[in-house]
Amino acid sequence: MLFDKLTARLESVQEYEKEPVPVSKLKRWTSFLGMYAGEHTAGTEFVIGPLFVAHGVSAGALVLGLLIGNLLAVLSWAFLCAPIAVKERITLYYKLEKICGKNLTIAYNLVNALMFCFLAGSMIAVSASAVGIPFDIPMAKLTDWLPGSISWVIIVMIVGAVTTLIATLGYEQVSRFANIAAPWMILVFIAAAIAVLPELGVTSFSDFWSVAQAKVWTGTPLAGQSKFTFWHVMFFAWFCNMAMHIGMADLSIFRYAKSWKSGFTSAAGMYVGHYFAWLASGILYAVFLQKSQNSLEFAPGPIAYYAAGITGAVCVIIAGWTTANPTIYRAGLAIQAIIPNSKTWKVTLIVGLITTAAACFPALVMRLLDFVALYGLLLMPMGAVIFIDFYILPKLGLKSNLAEQTGQKVNWAAAGTWVFTLVFCLLLNYSFGVEIFFLGLPGWFVAVLLYIALSYLVQPSRKLKAKMS
Amino acid sequence: MKRTIIGLLAVTGLVLTLLPSILVFMGNISGQTQKLLMLVGMVLWFAIAPFWIKKQEEPV
Repeated sequence: MLFDKLTARLESVQEYEKEPVPVSKLKRWTSFLGMYAGEHTAGTEFVIGPLFVAHGVSAGALVLGLLIGNLLAVLSWAFLCAPIAVKERITLYYKLEKICGKNLTIAYNLVNALMFCFLAGSMIAVSASAVGIPFDIPMAKLTDWLPGSISWVIIVMIVGAVTTLIATLGYEQVSRFANIAAPWMILVFIAAAIAVLPELGVTSFSDFWSVAQAKVWTGTPLAGQSKFTFWHVMFFAWFCNMAMHIGMADLSIFRYAKSWKSGFTSAAGMYVGHYFAWLASGILYAVFLQKSQNSLEFAPGPIAYYAAGITGAVCVIIAGWTTANPTIYRAGLAIQAIIPNSKTWKVTLIVGLITTAAACFPALVMRLLDFVALYGLLLMPMGAVIFIDFYILPKLGLKSNLAEQTGQKVNWAAAGTWVFTLVFCLLLNYSFGVEIFFLGLPGWFVAVLLYIALSYLVQPSRKLKAKMS
Repeated sequence: MKRTIIGLLAVTGLVLTLLPSILVFMGNISGQTQKLLMLVGMVLWFAIAPFWIKKQEEPV
């Protein structure tokens, strides 16, 4: 009964999913500024910053790579995603349905939901690393893939169950709480890093750069970790949110923007979360390494607790939780789009259980960089399809939104683009050893060419084309 | 007036989150005191911020 009431409340929220957002509901650029700053200062930041240290990035490569990579990400939001969003003013899913057809959109939703589950799983594991502090449970190592102890699994199960339950009951309240926590979390990241600087030997601001080079981002990877260069950092910073900008997932966000220029507000997320928070968490990890004599143990909770006490541990729990919660909810919505008659709370509950099971495996955290890159890469071809469908196909005399116009359930040009682009990327990876972080750029151009070529092949006969135009 | 007080308290919560770390860095307070002050800042922020943010959202 309670569930039904809450579900009814959730369902009553008008999100304009199948219609353009009305002018009265448009938001100023300031609304997006806070949203991006908050959303990109999250649990993942406690993992990504340290992983750069573990992969032996040098200080110069990191500072410059993040500067350029984040700039490219902001430009991708501003020039690729936001202009289409404010012209169409519909969600990504509805846009995909118009171009690709219902069945292909279902496949997209399924992949998306699976990726959301894994992302949320890694965040549950991050939170669990802080919840486990009072119980002194053994933490996972950088090289671990499988759960190392029963106590770790139990803590993850408890955190996962609580997160899932809350995701099931009240997304709105969690979202409000995340907004309140965001400015505080940013400050905790920065404060914790400043507090431990003297332990690294920084006693004045002029010492910082030399210590950063010698003790934090030394250019030497930890045992068993691959070496990262400037290019790794730049492409990672650019593509870690590839699904959102080049992949066009944020069409759903910017459809509320008054102007496409709101796309530039993503800079708040990039330069606060993906710059200062990554640098700060890297510094915290360097102190941990110094203290533990390069131990391979990797647990954001105890690291933050050491630097900022209870506040640090709570920050890790909240950061992980506020990322995992909406992600589970979004995964539930993606599944619900596949099974429209299912109840939101039931789907969210099932998704939460899958997520919690995944969270038990430390591989999800230890290989977060690879996972995030894979996530963007898998969804990127659909972003290229939307871009070409919107800008180029009409100029070539081909029809945009083909599935909507012909009633096709699958636009085979889009399906082919998706599959062949990923096959091309796989080949680059396996045959030529191109790392996953670098596949997005050539992949996007291949997707663009494929979609144009396949659209010529697949679109209806010229007679029908003439009729439609 | 009430709004100003709530705003001041919320900002104090944030100041208590950041300032103690700067003081530790400068060698003015111990790590123990820094952690305690950060805890006070956290409690203050989460106790007050919901009202402050709500007030900000309300029309003047």
